Amino acid sequence: MTRDAAQNGNEAAAVYAAPVVVRGLTKRFGSVTAVDRLDFSLDAGSTVALLGGNGAGKTTTIAMLLGLIRPSAGVVCVFGADIARSRYAVAQRMNFQSPYVDLPQRLTVSQNLMVYAGLYGIANARARIESVAAQLQIEPLLNRPTGKLSAGQKTRVGLAKALLNAPELLLLDEPTASLDPDTADWVRQTIKGYASERGATLLIASHNMSEVERLADRVILLDKGRIIEDETPAALIAAYGRETLEDVFLDVVRGRTAPDFADRAQRKAS
Amino acid sequence: MSARPPIETVSPELLPPIGAHASARRIAALLRRYIYLLRSSSVRIVELIYWPFLQMLTWGFLQQFLASTDNPYAKGAGVLIGAVLLWDILFRSNLGFFTTFIEEMWSRNLGNLLISPLRPHELVMALCIWSIMRLSVGMIPVALAAFFIFDFNLLDLGLWLAVFFAMLVLTSWSLGLIAAGVMLRYGLGAEELAWSLAFLLLPLACVYYPLSALPDWLQYVALALPPTHVFEGMRTILLEHRFDASDLWWAFGLNAFYLAVGYAVFRWLLSRARDNGSLLQLGE
Repeated sequence: MTRDAAQNGNEAAAVYAAPVVVRGLTKRFGSVTAVDRLDFSLDAGSTVALLGGNGAGKTTTIAMLLGLIRPSAGVVCVFGADIARSRYAVAQRMNFQSPYVDLPQRLTVSQNLMVYAGLYGIANARARIESVAAQLQIEPLLNRPTGKLSAGQKTRVGLAKALLNAPELLLLDEPTASLDPDTADWVRQTIKGYASERGATLLIASHNMSEVERLADRVILLDKGRIIEDETPAALIAAYGRETLEDVFLDVVRGRTAPDFADRAQRKAS
Repeated sequence: MSARPPIETVSPELLPPIGAHASARRIAALLRRYIYLLRSSSVRIVELIYWPFLQMLTWGFLQQFLASTDNPYAKGAGVLIGAVLLWDILFRSNLGFFTTFIEEMWSRNLGNLLISPLRPHELVMALCIWSIMRLSVGMIPVALAAFFIFDFNLLDLGLWLAVFFAMLVLTSWSLGLIAAGVMLRYGLGAEELAWSLAFLLLPLACVYYPLSALPDWLQYVALALPPTHVFEGMRTILLEHRFDASDLWWAFGLNAFYLAVGYAVFRWLLSRARDNGSLLQLGE
Protein backbone atom coordinates (compact mmCIF):
# COMPACT_ATOMS: atom_id res chain seq x y z
CA MET A 1 0.00 0.00 0.00
CA THR A 2 1.38 3.43 -0.93
CA ARG A 3 1.52 6.22 1.62
CA ASP A 4 -1.19 8.15 -0.29
CA ALA A 5 -3.50 5.15 -0.31
CA ALA A 6 -2.95 4.62 3.40
CA GLN A 7 -3.66 8.29 4.06
CA ASN A 8 -6.82 8.16 1.95
CA GLY A 9 -7.89 5.02 3.79
CA ASN A 10 -7.39 6.73 7.14
CA GLU A 11 -9.38 9.75 6.01
CA ALA A 12 -12.21 7.53 4.77
CA ALA A 13 -12.22 5.65 8.09
CA ALA A 14 -12.36 8.95 9.96
CA VAL A 15 -15.29 10.12 7.83
CA TYR A 16 -17.29 6.97 8.42
CA ALA A 17 -16.52 7.04 12.14
CA ALA A 18 -18.14 10.50 12.24
CA PRO A 19 -21.54 10.62 13.95
CA VAL A 20 -23.18 11.96 10.79
CA VAL A 21 -22.11 11.33 7.22
CA VAL A 22 -24.17 12.74 4.35
CA ARG A 23 -23.35 11.82 0.77
CA GLY A 24 -25.10 13.04 -2.36
CA LEU A 25 -28.22 13.88 -0.36
CA THR A 26 -30.97 15.06 -2.69
CA LYS A 27 -34.67 15.69 -2.22
CA ARG A 28 -37.03 16.53 -5.02
CA PHE A 29 -40.70 17.38 -4.52
CA GLY A 30 -42.11 16.96 -8.00
CA SER A 31 -40.19 19.35 -10.20
CA VAL A 32 -38.74 21.31 -7.27
CA THR A 33 -35.32 20.30 -5.96
CA ALA A 34 -35.35 21.24 -2.29
CA VAL A 35 -31.98 19.72 -1.44
CA ASP A 36 -29.36 19.16 -4.10
CA ARG A 37 -26.47 16.70 -3.71
CA LEU A 38 -25.31 17.63 -0.23
CA ASP A 39 -22.05 16.17 1.03
CA PHE A 40 -20.93 16.80 4.57
CA SER A 41 -20.05 15.04 7.77
CA LEU A 42 -20.20 16.13 11.39
CA ASP A 43 -17.26 15.44 13.67
CA ALA A 44 -17.94 14.02 17.10
CA GLY A 45 -18.47 16.79 19.63
CA SER A 46 -18.78 19.52 17.00
CA THR A 47 -21.51 22.12 16.80
CA VAL A 48 -22.46 22.85 13.22
CA ALA A 49 -24.99 25.41 12.01
CA LEU A 50 -27.07 25.04 8.89
CA LEU A 51 -27.70 28.55 7.61
CA GLY A 52 -29.79 29.71 4.74
CA GLY A 53 -32.74 31.84 3.75
CA ASN A 54 -36.33 30.64 3.67
CA GLY A 55 -36.63 27.63 1.37
CA ALA A 56 -32.87 27.01 1.33
CA GLY A 57 -33.41 23.39 2.40
CA LYS A 58 -32.42 23.51 6.09
CA THR A 59 -35.55 21.93 7.55
CA THR A 60 -35.76 19.36 4.76
CA THR A 61 -32.14 18.38 5.43
CA ILE A 62 -32.78 17.99 9.16
CA ALA A 63 -35.97 16.03 8.45
CA MET A 64 -33.97 13.63 6.25
CA LEU A 65 -31.39 13.21 9.00
CA LEU A 66 -34.22 12.32 11.37
CA GLY A 67 -35.89 9.93 8.92
CA LEU A 68 -39.06 12.04 8.64
CA ILE A 69 -38.43 12.56 4.92
CA ARG A 70 -37.03 9.93 2.58
CA PRO A 71 -34.27 11.24 0.28
CA SER A 72 -34.76 11.07 -3.48
CA ALA A 73 -31.08 10.16 -3.77
CA GLY A 74 -28.02 9.91 -1.58
CA VAL A 75 -27.47 8.50 1.85
CA VAL A 76 -27.54 9.66 5.48
CA CYS A 77 -25.52 7.60 7.95
CA VAL A 78 -25.92 8.36 11.66
CA PHE A 79 -23.53 6.48 13.95
CA GLY A 80 -22.85 4.17 11.02
CA ALA A 81 -26.53 3.29 10.41
CA ASP A 82 -28.23 4.14 7.15
CA ILE A 83 -31.16 6.23 8.40
CA ALA A 84 -33.46 5.19 5.56
CA ARG A 85 -33.05 1.50 6.51
CA SER A 86 -31.98 1.21 10.14
CA ARG A 87 -33.12 4.36 11.90
CA TYR A 88 -34.39 2.41 14.91
CA ALA A 89 -30.91 1.09 15.68
CA VAL A 90 -29.75 4.63 16.52
CA ALA A 91 -32.98 6.51 17.37
CA GLN A 92 -32.28 6.23 21.09
CA ARG A 93 -28.95 8.07 20.66
CA MET A 94 -30.40 11.15 18.99
CA ASN A 95 -33.12 13.69 19.66
CA PHE A 96 -34.67 16.79 18.19
CA GLN A 97 -36.32 20.05 19.11
CA SER A 98 -38.20 22.45 16.92
CA PRO A 99 -40.83 25.14 17.39
CA TYR A 100 -42.76 23.35 14.63
CA VAL A 101 -43.51 20.34 16.82
CA ASP A 102 -45.21 20.45 20.19
CA LEU A 103 -45.87 18.27 23.16
CA PRO A 104 -49.50 17.37 23.98
CA GLN A 105 -51.03 20.50 25.46
CA ARG A 106 -53.40 18.88 27.96
CA LEU A 107 -50.75 16.78 29.63
CA THR A 108 -48.66 18.30 32.37
CA VAL A 109 -44.99 18.84 31.71
CA SER A 110 -44.11 15.98 34.03
CA GLN A 111 -46.57 13.62 32.30
CA ASN A 112 -45.17 14.49 28.88
CA LEU A 113 -41.63 13.86 30.05
CA MET A 114 -42.66 10.54 31.63
CA VAL A 115 -44.18 9.41 28.33
CA TYR A 116 -41.02 10.28 26.41
CA ALA A 117 -38.84 8.68 29.08
CA GLY A 118 -40.78 5.47 28.38
CA LEU A 119 -40.42 5.83 24.62
CA TYR A 120 -36.66 6.38 24.89
CA GLY A 121 -36.25 3.52 27.39
CA ILE A 122 -34.98 5.52 30.36
CA ALA A 123 -34.95 3.25 33.40
CA ASN A 124 -34.41 6.00 35.99
CA ALA A 125 -37.12 8.21 34.50
CA ARG A 126 -38.10 10.20 37.59
CA ALA A 127 -34.55 10.95 38.67
CA ARG A 128 -33.59 11.91 35.14
CA ILE A 129 -36.62 14.18 34.73
CA GLU A 130 -35.83 15.91 38.02
CA SER A 131 -32.25 16.39 36.91
CA VAL A 132 -33.15 17.82 33.49
CA ALA A 133 -35.87 19.95 35.07
CA ALA A 134 -33.31 21.41 37.46
CA GLN A 135 -30.89 22.02 34.64
CA LEU A 136 -33.53 23.84 32.58
CA GLN A 137 -35.14 25.50 35.59
CA ILE A 138 -38.57 24.08 34.86
CA GLU A 139 -39.26 22.44 38.25
CA PRO A 140 -42.09 24.90 39.05
CA LEU A 141 -43.69 24.01 35.70
CA LEU A 142 -43.67 20.23 36.09
CA ASN A 143 -47.28 19.98 37.30
CA ARG A 144 -48.70 22.57 34.94
CA PRO A 145 -50.46 21.68 31.67
CA THR A 146 -48.06 22.18 28.78
CA GLY A 147 -50.66 24.20 26.88
CA LYS A 148 -50.74 26.85 29.62
CA LEU A 149 -47.06 27.72 29.31
CA SER A 150 -45.58 30.79 27.65
CA ALA A 151 -43.50 30.44 24.46
CA GLY A 152 -40.26 30.64 26.42
CA GLN A 153 -41.41 28.05 28.92
CA LYS A 154 -42.54 25.75 26.11
CA THR A 155 -39.13 26.06 24.49
CA ARG A 156 -37.42 25.02 27.70
CA VAL A 157 -39.84 22.10 28.11
CA GLY A 158 -39.22 21.05 24.49
CA LEU A 159 -35.51 21.22 25.18
CA ALA A 160 -36.01 19.09 28.31
CA LYS A 161 -37.69 16.46 26.15
CA ALA A 162 -34.82 16.67 23.66
CA LEU A 163 -32.20 16.26 26.38
CA LEU A 164 -34.03 13.54 28.30
CA ASN A 165 -32.10 10.66 26.72
CA ALA A 166 -28.81 12.65 26.81
CA PRO A 167 -28.53 12.35 23.02
CA GLU A 168 -25.12 12.02 21.43
CA LEU A 169 -26.58 13.78 18.41
CA LEU A 170 -28.93 16.69 18.99
CA LEU A 171 -30.72 18.34 16.08
CA LEU A 172 -32.24 21.74 16.71
CA ASP A 173 -34.43 23.62 14.26
CA GLU A 174 -34.68 27.32 15.14
CA PRO A 175 -34.09 26.67 18.86
CA THR A 176 -34.64 30.30 19.89
CA ALA A 177 -37.36 31.32 17.45
CA SER A 178 -39.90 33.71 19.01
CA LEU A 179 -38.03 34.00 22.31
CA ASP A 180 -37.16 37.23 24.06
CA PRO A 181 -33.41 38.05 24.09
CA ASP A 182 -32.95 37.03 27.72
CA THR A 183 -34.57 33.62 27.31
CA ALA A 184 -32.88 33.09 23.95
CA ASP A 185 -29.50 33.79 25.49
CA TRP A 186 -30.24 31.44 28.35
CA VAL A 187 -31.29 28.68 25.94
CA ARG A 188 -28.07 29.14 23.92
CA GLN A 189 -25.96 28.83 27.03
CA THR A 190 -27.83 25.71 28.08
CA ILE A 191 -27.29 24.14 24.67
CA LYS A 192 -23.62 25.06 24.72
CA GLY A 193 -23.23 23.76 28.27
CA TYR A 194 -24.87 20.47 27.33
CA ALA A 195 -22.66 19.99 24.27
CA SER A 196 -19.43 20.64 26.14
CA GLU A 197 -20.45 18.59 29.16
CA ARG A 198 -21.59 15.53 27.19
CA GLY A 199 -19.34 15.85 24.15
CA ALA A 200 -22.51 15.73 22.06
CA THR A 201 -22.66 16.57 18.37
CA LEU A 202 -25.09 19.37 17.52
CA LEU A 203 -26.63 20.41 14.24
CA ILE A 204 -28.55 23.66 14.46
CA ALA A 205 -30.71 25.18 11.73
CA SER A 206 -31.12 28.88 12.37
CA HIS A 207 -31.78 32.29 10.93
CA ASN A 208 -30.20 33.96 13.92
CA MET A 209 -26.66 34.92 12.95
CA SER A 210 -25.47 36.01 16.37
CA GLU A 211 -26.69 32.71 17.73
CA VAL A 212 -24.69 30.85 15.12
CA GLU A 213 -21.56 32.92 15.78
CA ARG A 214 -21.79 32.13 19.46
CA LEU A 215 -22.64 28.46 19.22
CA ALA A 216 -21.19 26.97 16.06
CA ASP A 217 -17.69 25.70 15.33
CA ARG A 218 -18.64 25.47 11.72
CA VAL A 219 -21.24 26.91 9.36
CA ILE A 220 -22.80 25.19 6.37
CA LEU A 221 -24.45 27.85 4.22
CA LEU A 222 -27.24 26.62 1.99
CA ASP A 223 -28.79 28.37 -0.95
CA LYS A 224 -31.43 26.78 -3.18
CA GLY A 225 -30.68 23.42 -1.63
CA ARG A 226 -26.94 23.51 -2.31
CA ILE A 227 -23.98 24.02 -0.02
CA ILE A 228 -22.49 27.42 -0.85
CA GLU A 229 -20.02 27.63 2.01
CA ASP A 230 -18.72 25.23 4.65
CA GLU A 231 -16.29 27.02 6.97
CA THR A 232 -15.78 28.23 10.52
CA PRO A 233 -17.69 31.43 11.28
CA ALA A 234 -14.40 33.37 11.61
CA ALA A 235 -13.08 32.04 8.29
CA LEU A 236 -16.30 33.00 6.53
CA ILE A 237 -16.27 36.51 7.95
CA ALA A 238 -12.65 36.90 6.90
CA ALA A 239 -13.21 35.44 3.43
CA TYR A 240 -16.04 37.87 2.71
CA GLY A 241 -14.21 40.78 4.31
CA ARG A 242 -17.17 41.46 6.57
CA GLU A 243 -17.57 42.17 10.25
CA THR A 244 -20.43 39.87 11.12
CA LEU A 245 -21.89 36.62 9.93
CA GLU A 246 -25.12 38.44 9.18
CA ASP A 247 -23.30 40.54 6.55
CA VAL A 248 -21.88 37.35 5.06
CA PHE A 249 -25.35 35.81 5.01
CA LEU A 250 -26.75 38.86 3.21
CA ASP A 251 -23.93 38.66 0.66
CA VAL A 252 -24.66 35.03 -0.02
CA VAL A 253 -28.44 35.31 -0.33
CA ARG A 254 -27.99 38.35 -2.62
CA GLY A 255 -25.70 36.37 -4.88
CA ARG A 256 -22.34 37.92 -3.93
CA THR A 257 -19.48 35.50 -3.39
CA ALA A 258 -16.25 35.87 -1.45
CA PRO A 259 -13.25 37.09 -3.47
CA ASP A 260 -11.44 33.79 -2.92
CA PHE A 261 -14.57 31.65 -3.43
CA ALA A 262 -13.29 30.03 -6.62
CA ASP A 263 -9.87 29.29 -5.08
CA ARG A 264 -11.39 27.70 -2.00
CA ALA A 265 -13.86 25.69 -4.03
CA GLN A 266 -11.00 24.39 -6.18
CA ARG A 267 -8.90 23.53 -3.11
CA LYS A 268 -11.82 21.61 -1.59
CA ALA A 269 -12.54 19.79 -4.83
CA SER A 270 -8.93 18.70 -5.15
CA MET B 1 -33.28 33.73 34.71
CA SER B 2 -29.83 32.92 36.03
CA ALA B 3 -27.12 33.40 33.46
CA ARG B 4 -25.65 29.92 33.77
CA PRO B 5 -27.78 26.83 34.28
CA PRO B 6 -26.54 24.27 36.80
CA ILE B 7 -24.77 21.19 35.48
CA GLU B 8 -27.00 18.14 35.42
CA THR B 9 -26.17 15.36 37.84
CA VAL B 10 -28.21 12.30 36.88
CA SER B 11 -27.47 10.54 33.60
CA PRO B 12 -30.20 8.49 31.95
CA GLU B 13 -29.92 4.73 32.32
CA LEU B 14 -30.89 3.64 28.83
CA LEU B 15 -32.49 0.22 28.45
CA PRO B 16 -31.83 -1.84 25.30
CA PRO B 17 -34.04 -0.43 22.51
CA ILE B 18 -34.53 -3.76 20.73
CA GLY B 19 -36.64 -6.79 21.67
CA ALA B 20 -40.08 -7.64 22.98
CA HIS B 21 -39.56 -5.93 26.33
CA ALA B 22 -38.48 -2.69 24.69
CA SER B 23 -41.49 -2.88 22.40
CA ALA B 24 -43.88 -3.50 25.31
CA ARG B 25 -42.31 -0.60 27.20
CA ARG B 26 -42.92 1.81 24.33
CA ILE B 27 -46.52 0.61 23.91
CA ALA B 28 -47.03 1.09 27.67
CA ALA B 29 -45.58 4.60 27.41
CA LEU B 30 -48.14 5.51 24.75
CA LEU B 31 -50.97 3.97 26.77
CA ARG B 32 -49.81 6.05 29.70
CA ARG B 33 -50.08 9.12 27.48
CA TYR B 34 -53.66 8.21 26.47
CA ILE B 35 -54.68 7.58 30.09
CA TYR B 36 -53.21 10.93 31.14
CA LEU B 37 -55.20 12.57 28.38
CA LEU B 38 -58.49 10.94 29.38
CA ARG B 39 -57.89 11.76 33.05
CA SER B 40 -57.15 15.37 32.18
CA SER B 41 -60.78 16.08 31.34
CA SER B 42 -63.92 14.77 33.02
CA VAL B 43 -65.87 16.00 29.97
CA ARG B 44 -64.06 13.42 27.86
CA ILE B 45 -65.09 10.62 30.21
CA VAL B 46 -68.71 11.77 30.25
CA GLU B 47 -68.66 12.03 26.47
CA LEU B 48 -67.63 8.38 26.18
CA ILE B 49 -70.88 7.37 27.88
CA TYR B 50 -73.17 10.18 26.74
CA TRP B 51 -73.71 9.33 23.05
CA PRO B 52 -74.05 5.55 23.40
CA PHE B 53 -76.48 6.17 26.25
CA LEU B 54 -78.63 8.52 24.15
CA GLN B 55 -78.59 6.04 21.26
CA MET B 56 -79.58 3.21 23.53
CA LEU B 57 -82.45 5.23 25.04
CA THR B 58 -83.82 6.27 21.64
CA TRP B 59 -83.75 2.82 20.14
CA GLY B 60 -84.85 1.18 23.36
CA PHE B 61 -88.04 3.25 23.47
CA LEU B 62 -88.67 2.53 19.79
CA GLN B 63 -88.23 -1.16 20.54
CA GLN B 64 -90.74 -0.93 23.37
CA PHE B 65 -93.22 0.81 21.13
CA LEU B 66 -92.84 -1.76 18.33
CA ALA B 67 -93.14 -4.60 20.80
CA SER B 68 -96.58 -3.29 21.71
CA THR B 69 -97.69 -3.66 18.08
CA ASP B 70 -98.48 -6.87 16.19
CA ASN B 71 -95.22 -6.86 14.22
CA PRO B 72 -93.67 -10.29 14.99
CA TYR B 73 -90.18 -9.22 13.88
CA ALA B 74 -90.16 -6.21 16.16
CA LYS B 75 -91.28 -8.37 19.05
CA GLY B 76 -87.95 -10.22 18.80
CA ALA B 77 -86.10 -9.92 22.06
CA GLY B 78 -84.24 -6.65 21.88
CA VAL B 79 -83.11 -6.91 18.27
CA LEU B 80 -82.93 -3.17 17.87
CA ILE B 81 -81.20 -2.52 21.17
CA GLY B 82 -78.79 -5.35 20.41
CA ALA B 83 -78.10 -3.84 17.00
CA VAL B 84 -77.53 -0.41 18.52
CA LEU B 85 -75.16 -1.72 21.16
CA LEU B 86 -73.20 -3.85 18.68
CA TRP B 87 -73.01 -1.03 16.13
CA ASP B 88 -71.80 1.24 18.89
CA ILE B 89 -69.06 -1.25 19.70
CA LEU B 90 -67.82 -0.96 16.11
CA PHE B 91 -68.30 2.78 15.88
CA ARG B 92 -66.87 3.67 19.30
CA SER B 93 -63.90 1.36 18.88
CA ASN B 94 -63.16 2.97 15.51
CA LEU B 95 -63.61 6.39 17.07
CA GLY B 96 -61.27 5.48 19.92
CA PHE B 97 -58.58 4.36 17.49
CA PHE B 98 -58.95 7.24 15.11
CA THR B 99 -59.50 10.15 17.50
CA THR B 100 -56.54 9.05 19.60
CA PHE B 101 -54.38 9.07 16.50
CA ILE B 102 -55.70 12.40 15.24
CA GLU B 103 -55.10 13.90 18.68
CA GLU B 104 -51.36 13.51 18.02
CA MET B 105 -51.81 15.58 14.87
CA TRP B 106 -53.92 18.24 16.58
CA SER B 107 -51.30 18.59 19.29
CA ARG B 108 -48.46 18.59 16.69
CA ASN B 109 -46.85 15.75 18.61
CA LEU B 110 -46.60 13.24 15.75
CA GLY B 111 -43.18 14.53 14.64
CA ASN B 112 -41.82 13.90 18.13
CA LEU B 113 -43.27 10.39 18.13
CA LEU B 114 -42.01 9.50 14.68
CA ILE B 115 -38.42 10.48 15.44
CA SER B 116 -38.42 8.55 18.72
CA PRO B 117 -37.54 4.82 18.88
CA LEU B 118 -41.29 4.05 18.56
CA ARG B 119 -42.01 1.71 15.62
CA PRO B 120 -45.14 2.13 13.49
CA HIS B 121 -46.49 -1.29 14.52
CA GLU B 122 -46.08 -0.30 18.18
CA LEU B 123 -48.08 2.87 17.58
CA VAL B 124 -50.78 0.76 15.93
CA MET B 125 -50.80 -1.79 18.78
CA ALA B 126 -51.10 0.99 21.36
CA LEU B 127 -54.04 2.47 19.45
CA CYS B 128 -55.71 -0.97 19.25
CA ILE B 129 -55.33 -1.66 22.97
CA TRP B 130 -56.50 1.84 23.83
CA SER B 131 -59.56 1.55 21.62
CA ILE B 132 -60.67 -1.48 23.69
CA MET B 133 -59.93 0.26 26.99
CA ARG B 134 -61.79 3.37 25.89
CA LEU B 135 -64.69 1.28 24.59
CA SER B 136 -65.02 -0.49 27.92
CA VAL B 137 -65.29 2.83 29.77
CA GLY B 138 -68.19 3.83 27.53
CA MET B 139 -70.01 0.58 26.84
CA ILE B 140 -70.11 -1.16 30.21
CA PRO B 141 -72.24 1.55 31.91
CA VAL B 142 -74.53 1.74 28.87
CA ALA B 143 -75.02 -2.03 28.72
CA LEU B 144 -75.89 -1.93 32.43
CA ALA B 145 -78.34 0.91 31.80
CA ALA B 146 -80.00 -1.12 29.00
CA PHE B 147 -80.50 -3.93 31.47
CA PHE B 148 -82.06 -1.75 34.16
CA ILE B 149 -84.20 0.42 31.86
CA PHE B 150 -85.34 -2.01 29.16
CA ASP B 151 -84.61 -5.35 30.79
CA PHE B 152 -82.27 -6.10 27.88
CA ASN B 153 -79.35 -8.23 28.97
CA LEU B 154 -76.53 -8.07 26.45
CA LEU B 155 -75.15 -11.20 28.08
CA ASP B 156 -78.17 -13.08 26.70
CA LEU B 157 -76.09 -13.30 23.57
CA GLY B 158 -73.96 -15.66 25.68
CA LEU B 159 -70.38 -16.48 24.86
CA TRP B 160 -71.04 -15.36 21.34
CA LEU B 161 -71.17 -11.81 22.61
CA ALA B 162 -67.42 -11.97 23.22
CA VAL B 163 -66.92 -13.33 19.69
CA PHE B 164 -69.14 -10.65 18.12
CA PHE B 165 -67.38 -8.03 20.18
CA ALA B 166 -63.98 -9.22 18.95
CA MET B 167 -65.13 -9.34 15.31
CA LEU B 168 -66.51 -5.80 15.41
CA VAL B 169 -63.42 -4.46 17.13
CA LEU B 170 -61.22 -6.06 14.46
CA THR B 171 -63.29 -4.35 11.76
CA SER B 172 -63.00 -1.02 13.56
CA TRP B 173 -59.20 -1.36 13.61
CA SER B 174 -59.09 -1.96 9.85
CA LEU B 175 -61.10 1.21 9.30
CA GLY B 176 -59.01 3.11 11.84
CA LEU B 177 -55.77 2.10 10.12
CA ILE B 178 -56.98 3.33 6.74
CA ALA B 179 -58.30 6.58 8.23
CA ALA B 180 -55.01 7.17 10.09
CA GLY B 181 -53.02 6.49 6.92
CA VAL B 182 -55.17 8.94 4.97
CA MET B 183 -54.54 11.58 7.64
CA LEU B 184 -50.79 10.98 7.53
CA ARG B 185 -50.70 11.32 3.81
CA TYR B 186 -53.18 14.16 3.29
CA GLY B 187 -53.06 15.96 6.66
CA LEU B 188 -55.91 17.45 8.64
CA GLY B 189 -57.59 18.57 5.40
CA ALA B 190 -58.79 14.98 4.97
CA GLU B 191 -60.30 14.88 8.44
CA GLU B 192 -63.96 14.90 7.33
CA LEU B 193 -63.40 11.98 4.99
CA ALA B 194 -61.60 9.99 7.65
CA TRP B 195 -64.36 10.66 10.22
CA SER B 196 -67.07 9.40 7.92
CA LEU B 197 -65.35 6.16 6.91
CA ALA B 198 -67.17 4.01 9.49
CA PHE B 199 -70.56 5.30 8.32
CA LEU B 200 -69.89 3.78 4.92
CA LEU B 201 -70.64 0.44 6.59
CA LEU B 202 -73.92 1.49 8.19
CA PRO B 203 -76.25 0.93 5.21
CA LEU B 204 -74.33 -2.05 3.88
CA ALA B 205 -73.63 -4.07 7.02
CA CYS B 206 -77.34 -4.71 7.71
CA VAL B 207 -77.19 -3.28 11.20
CA TYR B 208 -80.91 -2.63 11.69
CA TYR B 209 -82.43 -4.89 9.04
CA PRO B 210 -81.79 -8.39 7.70
CA LEU B 211 -79.62 -9.08 4.68
CA SER B 212 -82.72 -10.02 2.69
CA ALA B 213 -83.87 -6.39 2.88
CA LEU B 214 -81.14 -5.39 0.43
CA PRO B 215 -81.39 -5.75 -3.36
CA ASP B 216 -79.87 -9.02 -4.58
CA TRP B 217 -76.78 -7.45 -6.12
CA LEU B 218 -76.06 -5.40 -2.99
CA GLN B 219 -76.27 -8.51 -0.84
CA TYR B 220 -72.97 -9.70 -2.37
CA VAL B 221 -71.34 -6.45 -1.33
CA ALA B 222 -72.82 -6.74 2.16
CA LEU B 223 -71.59 -10.31 2.52
CA ALA B 224 -68.05 -9.14 1.78
CA LEU B 225 -68.18 -7.05 4.98
CA PRO B 226 -67.42 -8.73 8.31
CA PRO B 227 -70.06 -6.80 10.34
CA THR B 228 -72.87 -8.13 8.13
CA HIS B 229 -72.12 -11.62 9.41
CA VAL B 230 -72.03 -10.37 12.99
CA PHE B 231 -75.42 -8.64 12.75
CA GLU B 232 -76.97 -11.59 10.93
CA GLY B 233 -75.56 -13.86 13.66
CA MET B 234 -77.00 -11.64 16.37
CA ARG B 235 -80.46 -11.74 14.80
CA THR B 236 -80.27 -15.51 14.45
CA ILE B 237 -79.51 -15.84 18.15
CA LEU B 238 -82.13 -13.36 19.36
CA LEU B 239 -84.95 -14.30 16.97
CA GLU B 240 -84.35 -18.01 16.33
CA HIS B 241 -82.43 -18.88 19.51
CA ARG B 242 -79.71 -20.70 17.60
CA PHE B 243 -76.20 -19.86 16.49
CA ASP B 244 -74.93 -20.22 12.95
CA ALA B 245 -71.16 -20.87 13.16
CA SER B 246 -70.65 -20.02 9.50
CA ASP B 247 -71.42 -16.36 10.34
CA LEU B 248 -68.54 -16.38 12.76
CA TRP B 249 -66.06 -18.01 10.37
CA TRP B 250 -66.94 -15.63 7.56
CA ALA B 251 -66.54 -12.64 9.86
CA PHE B 252 -63.22 -13.94 11.14
CA GLY B 253 -61.78 -14.69 7.69
CA LEU B 254 -62.89 -11.36 6.26
CA ASN B 255 -61.54 -9.49 9.29
CA ALA B 256 -58.15 -11.16 8.96
CA PHE B 257 -58.07 -10.09 5.31
CA TYR B 258 -59.20 -6.50 5.94
CA LEU B 259 -56.86 -6.07 8.90
CA ALA B 260 -53.91 -7.13 6.76
CA VAL B 261 -55.09 -4.76 4.02
CA GLY B 262 -55.62 -1.95 6.57
CA TYR B 263 -52.12 -2.32 8.00
CA ALA B 264 -50.57 -2.52 4.52
CA VAL B 265 -52.45 0.64 3.47
CA PHE B 266 -51.34 2.44 6.66
CA ARG B 267 -47.68 1.51 6.09
CA TRP B 268 -47.91 2.45 2.42
CA LEU B 269 -49.45 5.85 3.17
CA LEU B 270 -46.87 6.46 5.93
CA SER B 271 -44.15 5.63 3.42
CA ARG B 272 -45.72 8.00 0.87
CA ALA B 273 -45.88 10.70 3.56
CA ARG B 274 -42.12 10.25 4.15
CA ASP B 275 -41.58 10.57 0.41
CA ASN B 276 -43.54 13.76 -0.12
CA GLY B 277 -42.63 15.46 3.16
CA SER B 278 -46.17 15.66 4.50
CA LEU B 279 -45.01 14.51 7.96
CA LEU B 280 -43.52 17.98 8.34
CA GLN B 281 -46.72 19.71 7.29
CA LEU B 282 -49.41 17.93 9.19
CA GLY B 283 -51.72 20.89 9.23
CA GLU B 284 -54.62 21.84 7.01
